Amino acid sequence: MKRLVILGAGTGGTVMANVLRKRLAPAEWTITVVDRDTDHFYQPGFLFVPFGLYERRQLVKDRSKVLPKGVDLVVAAIEGIDPAKAEVRVAGGEALPYDLLIVATGADIVPSETPGLLDGWRDTIFDFYTMDGSAALAGKLDAFKGGTLAVHVVEMPVKCPVAPLEFTFLSDWYFRRRKLRQAVDIVFVTPLPGAFTKPVAAAVLGTLLEERRIRVVPDFGTERVDAAARKIVGFDRREVPYDLLVTVPTNMGAEVIERSGLGDELRFVPTDPKTLRSKRHDNIFVIGDATNLPSSKAGSVVHFQAEILAGNVERALAGKPLAEEFDGHANCFVETGGRKAILIDFNYEVEPLPGRFPFPVIGPLPLLKPSRLNHLGKLAFRWIYWNMMLKGRRIPFIPTRMRMAGKKRPAEENK
Amino acid sequence: MPKKQFGAAAVDVDAEGFLTDLSQWTRDVAAAISKEEGIAELTPAHWKVLEFMQKEFRETGQAPSIRKLNKSGVIGTKELYDLFPGGPAKKAAKIAGLKKPEGCV
Repeated sequence: MKRLVILGAGTGGTVMANVLRKRLAPAEWTITVVDRDTDHFYQPGFLFVPFGLYERRQLVKDRSKVLPKGVDLVVAAIEGIDPAKAEVRVAGGEALPYDLLIVATGADIVPSETPGLLDGWRDTIFDFYTMDGSAALAGKLDAFKGGTLAVHVVEMPVKCPVAPLEFTFLSDWYFRRRKLRQAVDIVFVTPLPGAFTKPVAAAVLGTLLEERRIRVVPDFGTERVDAAARKIVGFDRREVPYDLLVTVPTNMGAEVIERSGLGDELRFVPTDPKTLRSKRHDNIFVIGDATNLPSSKAGSVVHFQAEILAGNVERALAGKPLAEEFDGHANCFVETGGRKAILIDFNYEVEPLPGRFPFPVIGPLPLLKPSRLNHLGKLAFRWIYWNMMLKGRRIPFIPTRMRMAGKKRPAEENK
Repeated sequence: MPKKQFGAAAVDVDAEGFLTDLSQWTRDVAAAISKEEGIAELTPAHWKVLEFMQKEFRETGQAPSIRKLNKSGVIGTKELYDLFPGGPAKKAAKIAGLKKPEGCV
């Protein structure tokens, strides 16, 4: 018997277990999945929790319920990965030897990376990247009567890079509905050169923040947070005062990646950008947020990676060359408030462009433009996630590799 | 594609003046861009940063993060902000002939 071990039963690990259990003969391969706990969260839903639009029970399933039959789930902390011995050590258990390893250990927020951030944690400083954080923030927003709300990103990369913008738009809408918008100053603090950095998106969407009277503080490198004085302090000595700080702390890979000597400076695993194989070990593949790839850290990206990775696992086992297929494709709905959303579709090379998706002209979804239909698409995605995406089923009309059909480059951007 | 003249050299740049082809970069071009960015003179400390960034870019296809510059022992973050005031990731990338740091939109 040969052994496939998958580390992490989040989006990537679960999809790979579902896809590979169908493709690897049960008589030849065992599949073992390891995760530290049993809660599988629909992470895109966290964004809506602070505004009372979702609650915990709508976003969680037991990991065993979304994994296929014929897969062993080991619930334990992963203590180490030893590529030389080809085995994984888990807390309180025997070593798990592997013939092939898939690393899907994801990324998480690490607030302790920023001095002072934990001083005001869950008092005047909140996150919305965890279930607990989002739920705590819901209570805080409910009690918030006015002042400066700073929405803040410490450093890139972060999971779902558009989520901080979505949170900002939804905050504006939330306070307008509560007739408090006049009393709330919303400021968006980013380490990037602006809220929109891609030329076409900036040209098409640049006014969304101005229209909502949201201030942007760009190029802000956060040195520390002074929780007592309620201000963020930059390396360039700029300061941003706040009454409520909603922050996206530094995102890092799992600690076990660092302990095992497999990670870069953010504990992400160096991965071939086209084949998804580890750059250092031929029998280790990596998927999703755990990779160091410049593609977005998002479930939709994992979905496209999964299909390519499954094929490459089969090729590797057959001793064939790997397919260099992954193009960095991402396809995301971006909430803009008022029950509207923008759809963006892009890859390593092509920035988000306007047009129609998935079909030229008839769409029906407009690209790079706020619309009701895109918002409904975003809401429908929760069902698609649990029932199609995690199972590794193809979502109809959504290609694995990005297509140019239906996209239009604005004339002034022609190069 | 817009071109920009630096002394004798004409280089391809994007709408914001970032080089689109690193092979056209020279030290003279870097010096000219840095003047436009308000840095009067590129000191050895600047060059150490710029050279590390280019080396990383050639090896990985990506410009290194501020965290990586710090962790690799190239330069402390505060010092980096002093060398390239007003956004070192963006300014150093521009002077080094690399792409602008970007999000996904």
